[in-house]
Amino acid sequence: MGNRTTMKGTESKEKLIRLFLLATALSAISILALISVFIFTEGLPIMFRHGFKKFLFSLDWYPTEGHFGLLPMIIGSLMVTVGAMIIGVPLGLAGAIYLTQFSSKKVRMVVKPMIELLAGIPSVVYGFIGVVILVPFVRENFGGPGFSVLTASIILGIMILPTILSISIDSLMALPPAYREGSIALGATEWQTTRMVLLPAARSGIIASIILGMGRAVGETMAVIMIAGNATSLPRTILDPVRTLTSNIALEMGYASGEHRQALFATGVILFIIIMVLNTVANLTSRKMSR
Amino acid sequence: MIAIEVNKLSVFYGQFQALKDVSMKINKQKITALIGPSGCGKTTFLRCLNRMNDLIDEARIVGEVIIDGVDIYREDIDLLELRRRVGMVFQRPNPFPLSIEANILYGLKVHGINDRKLMEERLVRSLEAVQLWDELKDHLRKNALSLSLEQQQRLCLARVLAVEPEILLMDEPCSALDPIATARIEELMFDLKKQYTIVIVTHNMQQAARVSDFTGYFLLGELIEFGETEQIFTAPADRRTEEYITGRYG
Ligand SMILES: Nc1ncnc2c1ncn2[C@@H]1O[C@H](COP(=O)(O)OP(=O)(O)OP(=O)(O)O)[C@@H](O)[C@H]1O
Ligand SMILES: [Mg+2]
Repeated sequence: MGNRTTMKGTESKEKLIRLFLLATALSAISILALISVFIFTEGLPIMFRHGFKKFLFSLDWYPTEGHFGLLPMIIGSLMVTVGAMIIGVPLGLAGAIYLTQFSSKKVRMVVKPMIELLAGIPSVVYGFIGVVILVPFVRENFGGPGFSVLTASIILGIMILPTILSISIDSLMALPPAYREGSIALGATEWQTTRMVLLPAARSGIIASIILGMGRAVGETMAVIMIAGNATSLPRTILDPVRTLTSNIALEMGYASGEHRQALFATGVILFIIIMVLNTVANLTSRKMSR
Repeated sequence: MIAIEVNKLSVFYGQFQALKDVSMKINKQKITALIGPSGCGKTTFLRCLNRMNDLIDEARIVGEVIIDGVDIYREDIDLLELRRRVGMVFQRPNPFPLSIEANILYGLKVHGINDRKLMEERLVRSLEAVQLWDELKDHLRKNALSLSLEQQQRLCLARVLAVEPEILLMDEPCSALDPIATARIEELMFDLKKQYTIVIVTHNMQQAARVSDFTGYFLLGELIEFGETEQIFTAPADRRTEEYITGRYG
């Protein structure tokens, strides 16, 4: 009898725990839902009123005069993100491969925490370094105003490096040593082992690191505002100044009102959709590749 | 015919000496079993024969291992070719997380063989040699990790056979398998003996008695006794060997 009541006790306790976990999971989802609903209800009406086409494909951004063309910012965000990936992904992967496969344990123990420290530096500091060192460097060596797609790409590339490096390192280190041993025992070189066995085996982690890095590059605001120049015209070369979607919101939200304010929410809607598309594409490719 | 001649081989892990002056002559196309209690240096010895101990930074190796008249610890030895000729199967099956086909073809690729016809031929032949071909010929694209443990271990063996080695090193190849799978792998070893020199580490005394032609007994890094399996198991020369095989060890 006593036995049965304690059984019942643990049962109801488990039910409670399950309910609690369900609630936390739901709250995460509902926060996401709330944010989306908020952004979309604020941003969508104006897009309907002026037409999606205008928002997406017009080059003119004169918000106080009722022109809300976001194309330069959309292109700007894409250029800067692609640039950051071109710089950050090869460097990050090369670093991860070197540190996990070819360096001594001692080097790894010193370098990895240092890389992770990089991730903790506030983005305004990256922006500051960009303004003081990189902007004049680009201006003097490549021409243009220095505040440019190139400058922003380099700084963003460095900013996403810790993300890509540390997650890639973790996923390579998590592989069973037996993979490496099996490969070496067949007469493979270290490099063949890395390229043909370990990288494919750690693929999902590596792709995850790239997605997270990309997310950071798309969403980064402060550093980009400081070094990208923020012009609302379409950049013709990578030496031209550029404004990203995030910068657009951050720069103008302080004083915008009325339709202008709604147009900034519309910018948010587009940003939201771009990030969703990027994530979905990345997820799909990683799922396809792991099959 | 001698396949491997080991002369005064010692191995140190830092300060610790794991193998002490081991000498042994391993016969061609015979099965040589290495037995002994845990930690006595069997794996260490085996890994010296294809220089896998090179991967361990703190390991230091003294002595000679002569294969085909050449000391494999000489400076100018072609390590990759050595490891092709001296294949290794591990205690836990370790197929790569790739397709069955990719697992088999991997060794060929790393040794620069990319002739389609030859690859096809080796794929079939090595899977046939481990009796997996009929079971798997329609599932070659399946991930190797989806196979049963026994199939995985056979696949690992096939992966080694695909690069046409001369010597097979097996470190407790059946320890992760059930008795029926073990018996089948043992049968396979009899088959393979016709073509390959096999060195097998085992904890299983019956297995050593069943499959091997020669047996070596290790204790605390020393090779206590080495000889024909029948002699070792029926009339061991050393008292310590007798204690171990009769189960009175420790
Ligand atoms: N990488 C290493 N670093 C330091 N010591 C090691 C290393 N590998 C093995 N040893 C030590 O060397 C000794 C022999 O180990 P080895 O693995 O060769 O034994 P074994 O006979 O294969 O044992 P088992 O039957 O448990 O597999 C053990 O005392 C072990 O602790
Ligand atoms: Mg062992």
